[in-house]
Amino acid sequence: MNNDSIIILVKSNFPETVTDCYEFRGELTFVIKKEHIMQVAEFFKKNEELECNYLSDLCGVDKRDTDGIFEVVYHLYSLQKKHRVRLKVPVPSDDPILSTVTPVWKTANWHERETYDMFGIQFQGHPDLRKILMPEDFEGHPLRKDYPIDGRQPASLRAIYRKDEA
Amino acid sequence: MTTATSAKTTHMMSINMGPQHPSTHGVLRLILEMDGETITKVTPDIGFLHRGVEKLAEYKTYHQFIPLTDRLDYVAPFSNNLAYALAVEKLIGVEIPERAQHIRVMLCELTRISSHLLWLATHALDLGAMTVFFYCFRERETLYDIFEMVSGSRMNLSYIRIGGVARDLPGGFLKSVEKFVNEFPSKLMEYETLLKDNPIWKKRTIGVGYISPEDAIDYGLSGPSLRGSGVNWDVRKAEPYSGYDKYDFSVPLGVHGDVYDRYRVRIEEMIQSNNIVKQALDILPKGDHITHAPCVALPAKEAVETNMEAMIHHFKLITDGICPPKGEVYSCVEAPKGELGFYIVSDGSNRPYRLKIRPPSFVNLEALPKMVEGKMLPDVVAVIGSLDIVLGEIDR
Repeated sequence: MNNDSIIILVKSNFPETVTDCYEFRGELTFVIKKEHIMQVAEFFKKNEELECNYLSDLCGVDKRDTDGIFEVVYHLYSLQKKHRVRLKVPVPSDDPILSTVTPVWKTANWHERETYDMFGIQFQGHPDLRKILMPEDFEGHPLRKDYPIDGRQPASLRAIYRKDEA
Repeated sequence: MTTATSAKTTHMMSINMGPQHPSTHGVLRLILEMDGETITKVTPDIGFLHRGVEKLAEYKTYHQFIPLTDRLDYVAPFSNNLAYALAVEKLIGVEIPERAQHIRVMLCELTRISSHLLWLATHALDLGAMTVFFYCFRERETLYDIFEMVSGSRMNLSYIRIGGVARDLPGGFLKSVEKFVNEFPSKLMEYETLLKDNPIWKKRTIGVGYISPEDAIDYGLSGPSLRGSGVNWDVRKAEPYSGYDKYDFSVPLGVHGDVYDRYRVRIEEMIQSNNIVKQALDILPKGDHITHAPCVALPAKEAVETNMEAMIHHFKLITDGICPPKGEVYSCVEAPKGELGFYIVSDGSNRPYRLKIRPPSFVNLEALPKMVEGKMLPDVVAVIGSLDIVLGEIDR
């Protein structure tokens, strides 16, 4: 399916939900309201013409400096139709919560955990929302723009990993 | 390994496997809940190798980031270099010379063979077949000599540049590659005689670590781990890059989705890769090894020494770096482990605003609990081996 017909199909089904849509270097991006991400995800997977059964990637972007928001970005792909679509969901920085898409694509589980770990974005309904790459007691979210590149943790690694020792 | 019995149910036992364990291929830790010999729950614990590569990218110019990509999947550095370079090239919109594309394909396929050789060596070793290990490392050594010829180093190659490759192929290189591709099929037969019909190998692998095609897609598996379940999807065929559509090769598929089929897929892939390298040798055109587009390519060394403008150009590119237009791209390649993608958000400055790596091993590992829960403890070793994970790209 080419990009133009995808735009028409998605816009006609979600006239209120899709706030913006644009193309750059042949890649199609839809900006979606965060309340409806679950419906839109299901639509993209189940619609017979779109059939985006493969979630390539899911990640966060910190745009607080410019737009005052976090973005959650989904890269969808259709193994049958061989097209790619990007979904973007703006999430307010003071209340970074949105619905999980793990019921739609199981692979979203670890991607969402990573996004939570790196940006502190909460995924409602996620089966196991824990940190994935950073240690349990790590303070802060390292990929946020205000986390310094040479950031030091208040607690030492010894205090984290050997807290049982006296 | 440490063991501890839970107080409530005396039969249940939790076993800690790793992070330092030879069969976890790096620093992967698994917490296994066991009911006797049967696994009831697996909790992978990752992040021991987390170096913050994505954060570092935001503080480096586009060229400075190339060496860090080597350190993701450190047994297949060319594929990582290429995936990153393609993403930046897409962002800038620059054309790559034919010769550079052929060199890239040739080296990426050699990397695939070298990566699969390391996989076969360690996978077989995990399951007790030690001879295979020595054979595979013998061929891998030849490949590393070839990589050394072209890039000057053996592991962290950083040979691919934005717009092409660092320098043209050195003299004697094509001869070495030709010798390798002509000899490799007979070498591969040696591994086949050791494993293909080996009853012990078959007992350890057939029917183990099964995953259905539907689940494989749902869990986002890619590469040989996905094709072992019979799903015909290869980025080289579905979205050809670097001129892969000009090569004649087939995509090997499994049927049963078990460890044995994933093993067969990777063995067949080595034969296909060998054929691609042969074709690349035959049709390697003459021409430039890097683009002349002034926004990315450095001027020739002689010009820098004699021409004022060239020197200024050189100085600006080195100190300022490349400034791609504002925008965002996602670009992926078929790395030896699967779909390796780079998502780059540019704000128009000389550094990426955000760079996200989509590592195939990270996603493939996610399906491990699905494959081993309800199975026996020794199967975990077989399944981890069959997923071909590298912790460098899982933890980044």
